[in-house]
Amino acid sequence: MRPVSGERKTRKRPLSGTGFAPFIIRRLLTSIILVFGVTFIAFSITQLVPGDPVAANLGQSAYSDPEIVAAFEKEFGLDQPVPVQYYKYVTNLLQGDLGVSLSSKRPVAEDLKEYFPATLEIALIAVLLALVVGLLLGIISAVTRDRLADQIIRVFSLTGVSMPAFWTALTAFYIFFFVLGWAPGTGRLEPGGEAPPTVTGLFTIDALIAGDFSTFRQAFSYLLLPAVVLAIYAIGVLTRFTRASMLEILGNDYVRAARAKGLPEFTVIRRHVLRPALLSIITVAGVAFSSLLAGSVLVENVFSWPGLGQYAYRAAVGLDLPGIMGVSMVVATVYITMNLIVDILYRIIDPQMKDSA
Amino acid sequence: MSAILKKFKRSKSANSIWRQPLAVVGIVIILTWTILAVFAPWIAPYDPNAQDADKFLTPSAQHWMGTDELNRDIWSRIIYGARISLPYSLLLVFLSATLGSIIGAISGYAGGKVDSFLMRVTDVFFAFPGIVLAMAVAAALGPQIRNAVIAVTIVAWPVYARLVRGLILNAKQNDYVTASALLGSSALRTMVVDLRPNLSGPVFVLASLEVGNALLLLSGLSFLGLGAQPPAAEWGSMVSMGAVNFDRWWVGLFPGLAILTAVLAFNFIGDSLRDALDPRTAKALRD
Amino acid sequence: MNLLTVENLTVTLATGSGDAQAVRNLSFNVGHGEILGIAGESGSGKTMTALSMLGLLPYKGKASGSIKFDGREILASTKREYRDIRGKEIAMIFQDPMTSLHPMLTVEVQLTEHLRHHRKVSKAAARNSALELLATVKIPEPASALSAHPSQFSGGMRQRIAIAMALACEPKLLIADEPTTALDVTVQAGILKLLHQLRKDRNLSVMVITHDLGVLSSLTDRIMIMYAGSEVESGATSDLLQNPRHPYTKGLIAALPGNSEVNSKNLLSIDGMPPELGNFPSGCAFHTRCKFAKASCKETVPEVLNLSSDHRIFCPVNPFSELSNSGSK
Repeated sequence: MRPVSGERKTRKRPLSGTGFAPFIIRRLLTSIILVFGVTFIAFSITQLVPGDPVAANLGQSAYSDPEIVAAFEKEFGLDQPVPVQYYKYVTNLLQGDLGVSLSSKRPVAEDLKEYFPATLEIALIAVLLALVVGLLLGIISAVTRDRLADQIIRVFSLTGVSMPAFWTALTAFYIFFFVLGWAPGTGRLEPGGEAPPTVTGLFTIDALIAGDFSTFRQAFSYLLLPAVVLAIYAIGVLTRFTRASMLEILGNDYVRAARAKGLPEFTVIRRHVLRPALLSIITVAGVAFSSLLAGSVLVENVFSWPGLGQYAYRAAVGLDLPGIMGVSMVVATVYITMNLIVDILYRIIDPQMKDSA
Repeated sequence: MSAILKKFKRSKSANSIWRQPLAVVGIVIILTWTILAVFAPWIAPYDPNAQDADKFLTPSAQHWMGTDELNRDIWSRIIYGARISLPYSLLLVFLSATLGSIIGAISGYAGGKVDSFLMRVTDVFFAFPGIVLAMAVAAALGPQIRNAVIAVTIVAWPVYARLVRGLILNAKQNDYVTASALLGSSALRTMVVDLRPNLSGPVFVLASLEVGNALLLLSGLSFLGLGAQPPAAEWGSMVSMGAVNFDRWWVGLFPGLAILTAVLAFNFIGDSLRDALDPRTAKALRD
Repeated sequence: MNLLTVENLTVTLATGSGDAQAVRNLSFNVGHGEILGIAGESGSGKTMTALSMLGLLPYKGKASGSIKFDGREILASTKREYRDIRGKEIAMIFQDPMTSLHPMLTVEVQLTEHLRHHRKVSKAAARNSALELLATVKIPEPASALSAHPSQFSGGMRQRIAIAMALACEPKLLIADEPTTALDVTVQAGILKLLHQLRKDRNLSVMVITHDLGVLSSLTDRIMIMYAGSEVESGATSDLLQNPRHPYTKGLIAALPGNSEVNSKNLLSIDGMPPELGNFPSGCAFHTRCKFAKASCKETVPEVLNLSSDHRIFCPVNPFSELSNSGSK
C-alpha cells in the first residue's frame, strides 16, 4: 500500500483570487490536467518497459501463428506507432471511450462499471470504520500522552501500518472462516446467490432498494471481513495522524487560554482542539480512501472479491494497456476528487482561510 | 549513514532515539534479522530447498515451523528469506530516495518553469495508484525480484522529491546560501556542499520511515507472483503458498510474521528518528 | 490580609537535558486591589510563576511551595478544584492576542463559554453580559463584534477582547502576561489605561508580568524584579524605580530609554546574556554579569536583606548602600 503521510500537500491553496467560484474552477482545471497527466505517464511507462502484450494474451499456439498475431494487433491498434496509439486513446477518452480490454475483450468502461462498485463497497465501509476507530484512538492517545493508554495505542497503530495486508487477510480468513466458522466464504455472495437488481452496483444498497433483506444480510456478511482487513492499515494511519495533529494544536496559546478559563477538559478538547484538528484529519482521510482502493489489490486477491484490485491484477499480468489505464484513471480520479472535496470542506469549516490566504 | 546515526547518538536531548524503548526494540529486531541473514548457512537447521522431509508437517521439535507443500523446512526458508527481503527493501529505498532527491533538488534549485513542470509530474505520480503501475511494470519486465525493485522505485520516488524541494526552498532563504552564491559558487557546488547537510537528516529519516513500506510493497508483489520466483525463499511468495493451502495455518502464518516483525522494527526506528529530529523538520516530514 | 500569598514557590520543568528549576524559592504577595508588577528578562521565570497560579504549567512541569489565595491553599488543588479557580477566581490574559484567541470560534462563544460554565447562566443572559463587557473594554459596536471572528480585529482590539474574556466571571485576581508587548506603542497606552481603570472600578487585584519596566512605572503599586528564577529586589514602585539597590535593578533602570546620563557612568550597564533554563549559575545567579561580584557571590545563595518594611533585596554585597542611605528618607 502506498504511504499516506507524504501525500497531504497535493492540496493546493489558491494562489490568487479568493472567491469561491474562481477557486472551484481553478481546482477543477488542475484536476483535469492531472487526469491527463496520469494517462500520459501510464502510457509512457508501459511503452518504455519491454513486454509483449500479444504474447501475454494469446495462447502458445496462437502466438506462433503470424496471421493470428497480426489480426490481434490490428484489432487492438497495436500495429500503429506509439504516438498515434496515444492520440487515438486520448481522443476516444474525450468521448468517454476507454478502449477495449485486451484480456476480457470487452469495453473497459463496462468492465469498470462491474468491478468498481464491488471495491467501492468494501472501501467505503473500511474508511468509515477507519474514521470512527482512528479518530477515537488518536484522541485518546493524544489526551493520555505518554501514559499507558497512549503507549498501547501507539504500538497498536504502528502494528496496523506494518501488517502485510495479504497476510492479514489470509490469517483473518483462516480464523473466522475455517476455525470459528463465523465468516462466510469468499466472493460477494454465496455460490449461486443472485445479485440484487443493479442500481448502484453496491449489493447491500441495491438489496435495500429492492427491499430484499435476506440478500442484504448475505451481502453484508460477505463484505464485512474484507472491509475490516482493508480498514486496519487506514486505522493505523488515521490514529497516528490524529494524535500528531491533536498534540500540535494542544501546544497552541489558544488552548492554554481556554484552559485558563476553567472550562472542563472535555469542552477544551471538543471545542478548541478537535475542531482545528479535524481540518487536517479530513485531508488524510480523503487520501487514505484512495489508498484503500489501491490496497484492495492484495486483499481482494485473498478473498476472491471481484473488484477493481482483481481486475487491475489481471490487466497488469496481461499487459492489458487499456485495462491498466482504465484502473489508473479510476483511482486517480477518486484521489483527485477526494482532494477537491477536502479543499472545499476546508473552506467551509475554516472561515478564516479566505482571510488568511 | 553511520555518520548520521552518530550525529543522532551524540545528541544528548531527551528525545534522542537511544532513550526511546521502541527504537531500541526496533534496532534489536533488525540486528537479529541481519545476523540470521548473514549467517543463514550456519543457523538454518536445513537446506532451504531440500525436499527431504514429509510435506505439511505441523510445527514440531524437528521442524519448528513445520514444512510446506514441497517438504521444505519453513523456518530455514524464513531465515534464508531475510537474505532477499531486507537487502532488496534497503536497495529499493536507496534507489527511490536518490532518484527523488535528485528530482526534488533540481526542482527546488532551478525554480521557475522547471520547478512547476517537475512538481506537476510529482502530483501525477501521487495521484497514481502506485501498486497498479508497479504490477504492470513488474509484469512487463518479467517477474523477478530485481524487476519488482525497479517497478516500485518508479512509483516510490515522489515523496522524497517533494521533501527535498521543500527543504531547498527553505534553505534558499538562508543567508549563507545567498552568501555562497554571491561569492560565486556554482549551482552544483552550492547544492552539494552547502545544502547537503540540511537535507541528509530529513531524507534519512523519511527513508527510514519508508523501508517498511518498501518491504510491504515488495513482498506484496511477490505474493502476487510478480516478484521473487520459486524456488527462491521469499517471505511474500511463501505467504502465497499459505494462501493456496490456507487450512495449513503454519505455511502462511510464519513468513507473514517475519514480514510483520521486520516492517514493525523499521517503523519503530523511523518513528523514533523522526521524534528525535527538531520539531520543525519533524513537522515537514509529517506533512 | 493579602489576596494572594506565595511562599517558597519552586517550579521544575522537564527540558531536553533533564529537569531544571525555572522558579526558585519565590515568595511574594498581592493585596486586595493592588497591582503588582513582576519584571525580568526572558527566561527569568516570570511566566512560569504566573502559570503556576492556575496550575497550567507546561507538559511535565511541577510546582512546590505554597500559594494561598483568598485564605485557601491552592497549590495542591485537584484538577477539578483548579477548574473552579481558573477564569472564575483568577483569570489570565496572555502575551500575544494573535494566538491566544481561538481563530475558529466567534467572539461570542469565547466570551461566554466560561461564563455559562461557571455561573450557569442562560445563553441570553450570557450574551448580555458579553455586550456589557465589550462596552467596558471599549470595543465599538459590541453587537456586531459578538458574531465576528478574532481575525477581523486588530491586535489592540483583540487584546481588549482577551481582557473582556478574562473579566467575564468577575475574577478577584487578573494575571496579565506581557499584555502590551505584542502591541504598538500607541495601542499599549490604551490597554494600560484600561487596566488601571478596571482596578479602580472593580477593586481588581492585578499581577502584571513584563520585561519592560517602563510599562510598570505608571501602572503598578509595587514591583518585583526577577532574575534566573529568583527575586532580586522588590518594593513600592516609586521607591524601587528612584532608589534601586540591587546591581541588576540599577542596570535595568539605567537601560531604560532616557536614562543615558546615568548609564554613562558605565558601572551600571549589564553585559552578557541572561542565563538559560537549566544553566543558572551557582550562588547568586547574577554574579556572572555583576560588576560588584565577590568570590562569595559564586558560592552562597543570597539571603533576603530588608531595607524597609516594603523594600528588600537579595544581595549581601549591597554595593549601593551608601548612595541610597543619603538618598532615602
